[in-house]
Amino acid sequence: MRRLLWPVVVLVLLLALNVFFTPSFFSIEVKDGHLYGSLIDILRFGAPLILVSLGMTLVIATGGIDLSVGSVVAISGALACLQISQDTSVFTAVVSALVLCVVLGAWNGFLVAAVGIQPIIATLILMVAGRGLAQLITGGQIITINSPAYKVIGGGYWLTVPFGILIVIAVLAITAFLTRRLALGMLLESVGGNAEASRLAGIRARGIVIMVYAFAALCAGVAGLMISSNVSSADGNNAGLWIELDAILAVVIGGTSLSGGRFSLSGTVLGALIIQTLTTTIYSIGVPPETTLLFKALVVTAVCLIQSPSFRAKAFGRRGRTAPPSPAPEEKVRVTA
Amino acid sequence: MTTLTLGRASIPAKYLPVLVTGCLFVAMFMVGGIRYEGFATGQIILNVFIDNAFLLVMAVGMTFVILTGGIDLSVGSVVALSTMISASLMAGPGWPPYLVVPLVLAIGSGLGLVMGYIVHAFDIQPFIVTLAGMFLARGLCYTIGTDSIPIEDPTFTAFAQTRIDLFADMWISPSVIIALVVVAVAAYVLRYTRFGRSVYATGGSEQSALLMGLPVGRTKITVYTISGFCSALGGVLLSFYMLSGYGLHAVGMELDVIAAVVIGGTLLTGGSGFLLGTVLGVLVLGLIQTIISFEGTLSSWWTKIFIGLLLFVFILLQRLFSARSRR
Repeated sequence: MRRLLWPVVVLVLLLALNVFFTPSFFSIEVKDGHLYGSLIDILRFGAPLILVSLGMTLVIATGGIDLSVGSVVAISGALACLQISQDTSVFTAVVSALVLCVVLGAWNGFLVAAVGIQPIIATLILMVAGRGLAQLITGGQIITINSPAYKVIGGGYWLTVPFGILIVIAVLAITAFLTRRLALGMLLESVGGNAEASRLAGIRARGIVIMVYAFAALCAGVAGLMISSNVSSADGNNAGLWIELDAILAVVIGGTSLSGGRFSLSGTVLGALIIQTLTTTIYSIGVPPETTLLFKALVVTAVCLIQSPSFRAKAFGRRGRTAPPSPAPEEKVRVTA
Repeated sequence: MTTLTLGRASIPAKYLPVLVTGCLFVAMFMVGGIRYEGFATGQIILNVFIDNAFLLVMAVGMTFVILTGGIDLSVGSVVALSTMISASLMAGPGWPPYLVVPLVLAIGSGLGLVMGYIVHAFDIQPFIVTLAGMFLARGLCYTIGTDSIPIEDPTFTAFAQTRIDLFADMWISPSVIIALVVVAVAAYVLRYTRFGRSVYATGGSEQSALLMGLPVGRTKITVYTISGFCSALGGVLLSFYMLSGYGLHAVGMELDVIAAVVIGGTLLTGGSGFLLGTVLGVLVLGLIQTIISFEGTLSSWWTKIFIGLLLFVFILLQRLFSARSRR
């Protein structure tokens, strides 16, 4: 768990900064049978990002990357809202939106695994075209709906807890079970480590890759439903814009390497929480809105630097000034007779 | 070496992706010429150059970075930052252009240098470092100002309005000449200098390049500096074109640039690709936009769907051709 140390430190620092500026930051109260408080808000507004990042983690674990999640977020919200505005039942609307997302994800996976296109390019196609598709669905307008049942997904409560948080917990639990209790996680990591070797070892690398991209799109789809339900409208242009970058950032902050081969779900959740807390912090300590991106850039740089072993070696001088130029050489274990 | 035999001539396999892109460009141009009246003129191609001169310069820088196996997501933001800095310095304190332009180029190169240094020295993935650079540059734009600042400097407006006449009523803008000079210099550097060969070697296999004694670290830092410089220059060209500085200029441009480089047949894994391919990639993207504007009735979202589809077709075709030639 040592690699989760730095993300935890950063998160604690950010929270401490908040408490310093707003002493009532940690207070959580129950109003009208709902939980209220800044921490709950961070979880609630961070829920879509956590979901997207979870999907992204698995994709990155196989050595891929998915740039299209932002567009998928927009498409799923757009399709669901369009159907609800045409008096389809909420259930049908939600299911059909999610099915479309899975199909789009499988398409990504097909391009990567079967056609052999580099993941960043394969998903770039859907990123560009998908944004257009979302606008096509909404007709370039913002679709506004009034459906209490749909509103529950992103803005509702169940047993005093915001529904979005429950969805995240459920998805996280299922993902953790599938990847850490079953062999699936290990298969994912082996595909990410070396796809060809895994295939020769009898792992169906192709099927696993397609499944992972479909899962990432499904997560993005649920996130899209949450975002659009929270504001009761669908905006094909701006929904989920640049969420893929935040998600990739969350995954990397959480200690998952972009080169694939291993992943950390809890790290990703931490990473997403850091990003969301950062956004909240920016508002609560009164950083002017013009400089929010600047602030974000500085924190991201700091987090990434402090996680880099060679930076720590240079900055704190543990290994002296001759840090090796090649990536992290393995420590040799000396055996004394 | 694997070759593909076409009649009597044989083409080395490494040139094939560029050739495919070239053929597709010609095919697109012919389809456009048949479909639309007044399309098949030389000026249409020159217009693509005029409208995309800044994109071409950015793509040159990106080609260097991608050839080493890296990626630079900050280019769009650096362009916006350059337009913003030049516009605000000329509008506010009234700095002359001959001071502003070198300053902007230095800032862009400096940003690239810092990013390259972080990538190399601290072993952080380029994707993440340049993503932070993207936030930083965009954030600096908004810190300077959130509104669009018009550029009224006479030198800039003169640059924007100058038409250089070629033969037969065709003309280009000075930006095109700057862009072409950049392309020529970059092509020479990549092909004939020690540094250019190190770029390919680093992208091919960093480990081998290191073992051969090539200056891998210096190469990596230099390519990001080049990319920063090219983005800043692209920003200057864009401010000639737009005559304004704005924090929202060139949003998402990094993806266009990456798409252009990839369409041009450069592999994102590094080590393989040509500058000519990048030029063709930029031309293809520009021609798509021209065709869509000739079509006239298409909504903006069809543009995106269309570009996505074409990207798909291009990559698929390249994939098919290169898969066949490898056998």
